[in-house]
Amino acid sequence: MAAAEFRDAATRALADPQLRANFRRAMDGLMTKRAAMFADRDEWTALRSLGAAVRARSLLQLPELLERLEAKLTENGVHVHWAETVDQGNAIFKQILSRHDATRLVKGKSMVSEEIGLNHALEADGIEVIEADLGEYIIQLDHEKPSHIIMPAIHKNKQQIARLFSQKIKDAAYTEDVDRLTGLARQVLRRKFAEADAGVSGVNVAVAETGTLVLVENEGNGRMCTTIPKLHIAVMGLEKVVERLEEVPPVLSLLTRSATAQPITTYVNMITGPRRPGEKDGPEEVHLVILDNGRSRVFADPQLRNTLRCIRCGACMNHCPVYTRVGGHAYPGVYPGPIGKILTPQILGMDVAGDLPHASSLCNACVEVCPVEIPIASLLVRLRGEAIRPEPGAVKGAGSHADPTEAWTWRGWALAYRVPALYRLTTFLLTRFGWALPGRMPLLKEWTSVRSRPRFASQTLHELARREKVSNQ
Amino acid sequence: MDHSPNPSHPEKVYFFGTCVVDLFFPAAGLAGIKLLQAAGLEVIFPQGQSCCGQPAYNSGFLDEARAVAWSQIKLFSKDYPVILPSGSCAGMMKKHYPSLFRGRPEQAEAEDFAARVYELTQFLVDVLDMKFDDLGEPTKVTWHPSCHSMREMGVGDQPKSLLRQLSKVELVELPRERECCGFGGTFSVRQPEVSAAMVTDKIDAIAETGAEMVVSGDCGCLLNIGGALEKAESRAHPKHIAEFLWERTHGRR
Repeated sequence: MAAAEFRDAATRALADPQLRANFRRAMDGLMTKRAAMFADRDEWTALRSLGAAVRARSLLQLPELLERLEAKLTENGVHVHWAETVDQGNAIFKQILSRHDATRLVKGKSMVSEEIGLNHALEADGIEVIEADLGEYIIQLDHEKPSHIIMPAIHKNKQQIARLFSQKIKDAAYTEDVDRLTGLARQVLRRKFAEADAGVSGVNVAVAETGTLVLVENEGNGRMCTTIPKLHIAVMGLEKVVERLEEVPPVLSLLTRSATAQPITTYVNMITGPRRPGEKDGPEEVHLVILDNGRSRVFADPQLRNTLRCIRCGACMNHCPVYTRVGGHAYPGVYPGPIGKILTPQILGMDVAGDLPHASSLCNACVEVCPVEIPIASLLVRLRGEAIRPEPGAVKGAGSHADPTEAWTWRGWALAYRVPALYRLTTFLLTRFGWALPGRMPLLKEWTSVRSRPRFASQTLHELARREKVSNQ
Repeated sequence: MDHSPNPSHPEKVYFFGTCVVDLFFPAAGLAGIKLLQAAGLEVIFPQGQSCCGQPAYNSGFLDEARAVAWSQIKLFSKDYPVILPSGSCAGMMKKHYPSLFRGRPEQAEAEDFAARVYELTQFLVDVLDMKFDDLGEPTKVTWHPSCHSMREMGVGDQPKSLLRQLSKVELVELPRERECCGFGGTFSVRQPEVSAAMVTDKIDAIAETGAEMVVSGDCGCLLNIGGALEKAESRAHPKHIAEFLWERTHGRR
């Protein structure tokens, strides 16, 4: 994906009034509801510090925790697989499925499965994958990617979903009644659950000391995917681990309140292994695929490591003035919004997504609401620097946006702005002759699309201060 | 958000005008100086000052930002508060200077400097507890809080409390006031379409209030919002809070 693709996609999205209205309404609602959830500022501050500390501490001992997690899961009867790349991840799925002759899958919501393009890879081998989360089911019918990490179909309104269902679901009559729409999806999905050879799920938190996979959801589809089919395969990014079971409640509380303004989700699944002898339900075999896909490289840098604190609540995008206007499909990769702006360039590489960190006014709205205190704005600035550094660096593709003209411009700027005589000359020239700058020159042209051209003052503050005899030191 | 300890009875303060004020809104800067002088303070404006370095910093050119930042720190070496008529530039100095110089020989000096930095309205309210008598005509205004004043400097109700002191000024709340106006420095020209959408929504919200003026503490926002208001031929005008306060309490110069 080319660097300018965000700008082009954003421009197209901005021209779609329906899309903008859908996002504005949805994000306004989410922001209001979240604010009510954290109305007690002291409680928010304390819980947030705790959540940030849990995530930071987990990352500090990440390699050790992953080893402990693997050992404990294995002890519990769960098969653990490591995938360094997207292709390895898909290959592991195919191997497990082919051993079981599994050709029909139901899948609960999982962003990591989106990250590896699981549906696509399996469908190419003739395996049917049905998204069992309602939002995911909607976009699967329309062959779209999620526009939000929590609410994947948030870009669609009721009427659009009604039209889609009447076209794509067999014998479905057109209805805008939400309960009847949900009923239509339920009818299809119930049958798929019963027929499925395997269920796929994501993981919200993995607990090293007990080997527990925690999965939160509201529709029950996650529970069905992980209990009805004989085979359950979970997939997660390697950062999702915490050490102790007691660290789960604060993380979940921050997650569900930040994401959907719920004190707790309808379902909280805690999976500690396959069906045991004598048990009446549950899968006979459970696998966990742990994906790296560039995360080890992110982990290796102490500042960039903070990216991996993320618990995927989506609050950053709900509060982002850029995301609110362009929606999730404008962003390259699968993670939109502020978290995508720091994660995607590190995963895909600066050469592919190096301009993404610039798709931010650095307003800090995301920083203010992040429940695990990820310094998103600082990381955006860091990544801007990585993109233009003269030599390769910590980040994949670093230096790919190095532009000698830009570098010399800033060098010249720094000289003029640190030598007082040069600064005085520069500002003198701009205040006296700035009006003569051609209106079609770059920067000025972009600025004046919706603004009049900036008018330089006739005298600088320096001059006014001298005139008023303001003391110089 | 952390606040510096309030210096109890400062006699002298430094004023850092900022480069945007220097080039586009010098009257706002001068009004800030006069407000401080009116409170009985001696204001020092080092003539060698230029810019906080934020444009280079936000573009990822940290060496260039550091060079300019250090040249500023050296000009403000005495132990006086440093007052800025801008939440964004103040945020750069207070929040980002310490990290910019971390692990370098200049670290201690940069941290000492950062600890003395104040946004103007914070200083007028929290330190000076200034009181104003309104001499102006009745008017209706709305307040635009800048992102960095709120989220980096921790400025809260201070500017509005100053505006509420003015008896003939009706202060109308701006819908979605905490949302960014779309300036973001280089963001406005690197993502001009998104930035344009943001500022267009902002001036629509301003029009909704029916205010004659949008008052703010940041000239970057005012340059952006003001330019959009003018191009849209709106009745509302942009004004920096220092200039607004000075004009209403001491008459036009």
